[in-house]
Amino acid sequence: MAITSIKNLKEFSTSNDRFEGAHLLCPGCAHSMIVRELMNCTDDNLVIGSNTGCLEVSTAVYPYTSWDTSWIHIGFENAATAVTGAEAMHKARKRKGTLKDPDAPVKFVAFGGDGSTFDIGFQWLSGAMERGHDFTYICLDNENYANTGGQRSSATPIGATTSTAQAGTHSYGKKEKKKDIVSIMAAHGAPYVAQLAPNKWKSMAKGFQKALETEGPCFINTVSACTTEWKFDPKDTIHITDLATDSLMFPIYEIIDGHELNILYRPKNVLKVEDYLGAQGRYRHLFKPENKHVIEQIQSDIDKNWEMLQRREEARI
Amino acid sequence: MAKEFELNEVEVWDGNYAASQALRQAQIDVVAAYPITPSTPIVEGYGAYVANGYVDGEFVMVESEHAAMSGCVGAAAAGGRVATATSSQGFALMTEVLYQASGMRLPIVLTVVNRALASPLNVRGDHSDMYLGRDSGWIQIDAFNAQEAYDLPLCAFRIGEHLDVRLPVMVHQDGFTTSHKAQNVYPLKDDVAYKFVGDYVPVDEMLDFTRPVTHGAQTEEDWHYEHKAKQHKAIMDSKTVIDEVFEDFKKLTGREYKRVETYMMEDAEVALVLLGSSVETAVLAAKQLREEEGIKVGVVAPRCFRPFPYDLVREALDVPTLKAVCCLDKSSPGGAMGALFNEVSAAAYTTSSRPMITNYIYGLGGRDFAMDEAKRIMKEQKAHADAGHITTNIQQFSGLRGPKLGFYETRRS
Repeated sequence: MAITSIKNLKEFSTSNDRFEGAHLLCPGCAHSMIVRELMNCTDDNLVIGSNTGCLEVSTAVYPYTSWDTSWIHIGFENAATAVTGAEAMHKARKRKGTLKDPDAPVKFVAFGGDGSTFDIGFQWLSGAMERGHDFTYICLDNENYANTGGQRSSATPIGATTSTAQAGTHSYGKKEKKKDIVSIMAAHGAPYVAQLAPNKWKSMAKGFQKALETEGPCFINTVSACTTEWKFDPKDTIHITDLATDSLMFPIYEIIDGHELNILYRPKNVLKVEDYLGAQGRYRHLFKPENKHVIEQIQSDIDKNWEMLQRREEARI
Repeated sequence: MAKEFELNEVEVWDGNYAASQALRQAQIDVVAAYPITPSTPIVEGYGAYVANGYVDGEFVMVESEHAAMSGCVGAAAAGGRVATATSSQGFALMTEVLYQASGMRLPIVLTVVNRALASPLNVRGDHSDMYLGRDSGWIQIDAFNAQEAYDLPLCAFRIGEHLDVRLPVMVHQDGFTTSHKAQNVYPLKDDVAYKFVGDYVPVDEMLDFTRPVTHGAQTEEDWHYEHKAKQHKAIMDSKTVIDEVFEDFKKLTGREYKRVETYMMEDAEVALVLLGSSVETAVLAAKQLREEEGIKVGVVAPRCFRPFPYDLVREALDVPTLKAVCCLDKSSPGGAMGALFNEVSAAAYTTSSRPMITNYIYGLGGRDFAMDEAKRIMKEQKAHADAGHITTNIQQFSGLRGPKLGFYETRRS
């Protein structure tokens, strides 16, 4: 097992750079931070698949590539299937002795945005998890279809405005709550499932390492703040992510073998969700008097969810 | 090491089982599949080989046909031999990935058991799915019976994996008529069949970590056009390799395949052009009609649907005696002439005799195409030949209940 030791952020961020800095992601996009953390937390060879989305269109535009590792993209929905097909091929060729270097350690990883994970690629992800392949799926969750200009996804939280669920005189934005993808993936019986955030980089790296080390299908939802569609200054990506984790809008936790829940980060001072919402343009309309009830509902949902996570952690079932 | 499967010199197999045996003998590394009528027995047959030690590779049962082809693409990019099977709606569901597989130049073999496309839902055989694949960039080879359903997948691996080709290949057979009809099949021994197919040679594989590769990049107006043109050239040029592989197969087995099969065309006055299991019906009908009524009928059957063998179809139709040709399409064309009519007309336009060409739509949803109807259509062609012009609508429907349907008329008289 070739796991990189975690010393300090500066050293870690350049320890094994297989993701080139020259790419087309927006300045301030958290995707590249998350991808780089994954690739730097192991020295093993990587076979990476990407669904169509921001990451894919920004890193593999012919004749260039940002990937100094094996990488494949097929379509919007099927990175999990592409990578698990490759994993099956690795097994077969290892058995038959046709690999060039049969002992080379290799990890299989698929990336998808929330569009391809929660929505259009949900079936392909579910199938790959059920089949028990040895791979890790990482969702870069920026809560909207950012690649196509910011439409709603089933990861978009209630109250956010997007181009297809707009706030206006008769609407406060999206009416529906965010899909609980972490619970759904845990319910597949996956040996390791987590929700992680790049501002808590040590827990993120440890979570990635745990997923890579764990045999079987692992799933990680990562919070990826989207400067363009959440509407904040590109320099504030980590600050916004701090507000997300410290308001418990994005609690950081893991679920082992589908039931053992561990909270990985407990804010010393839990912030009110207004602090998080108020820092982003997509929630600005919620601060009008007529939309106050939506903020109240979001806060109430956060409180209930945090209570549930803590109780599940205590219960150890 | 996979066990050898004991085979008799002649076996009684249906088209599905024949195809599954060919897949087994090719020692595929990964089969990712999802069952669908009427190709399910191919997948089930392969599953039985896996369960009993006849296969060393991985058998991945995915959750849909889209995922089946997606898994095949991922596996193929990882540098090994890959195949799967499907039909009809499953084929339609995997269509997105068919284009991706060919654009990524991955030599996957897909055995297609042809079946109608809904709606109305129908499990019987016609060529709707085969026609749906015709612009997908796959080589499409057509088996007319169970023996061919065994022989042609073996050839397909050789063709698609050839370094000058590197394209995916479909091998078609007709649903039920071929897939479920048991016939005598002469198989090769396992070692002989594998030797013919040969070891897989990886190209730009994702499991060679000394040389990282990016598969499935994006190109816009700057490079997309050049990529597609190069891909088109590869499939157009694949005819040379197809001919070579068929020639090698003939040397090994004595069974001869050509990109276009022709029957009694040397002196033909009228001809039928068609695909699939109906070819054997047409050939028998033509023989009988020659004996019974002295009408000189020939049959032309493109073995290769893609790349479409314009060269050999033209050669087959460039017969001085030939006056009238009927192209039979087993797929509802949705507001056009049948695809076979269009391709054959294009090929025939530059012949010196330039025969009259008509189009029949037939056999949709498994409607039987019997000898009497084949003969009736042949005699109708003879009537065109005698009159010197097309005496009916150019497009008609064969074996249809209710009012007769006909479209488009000739201006030649």
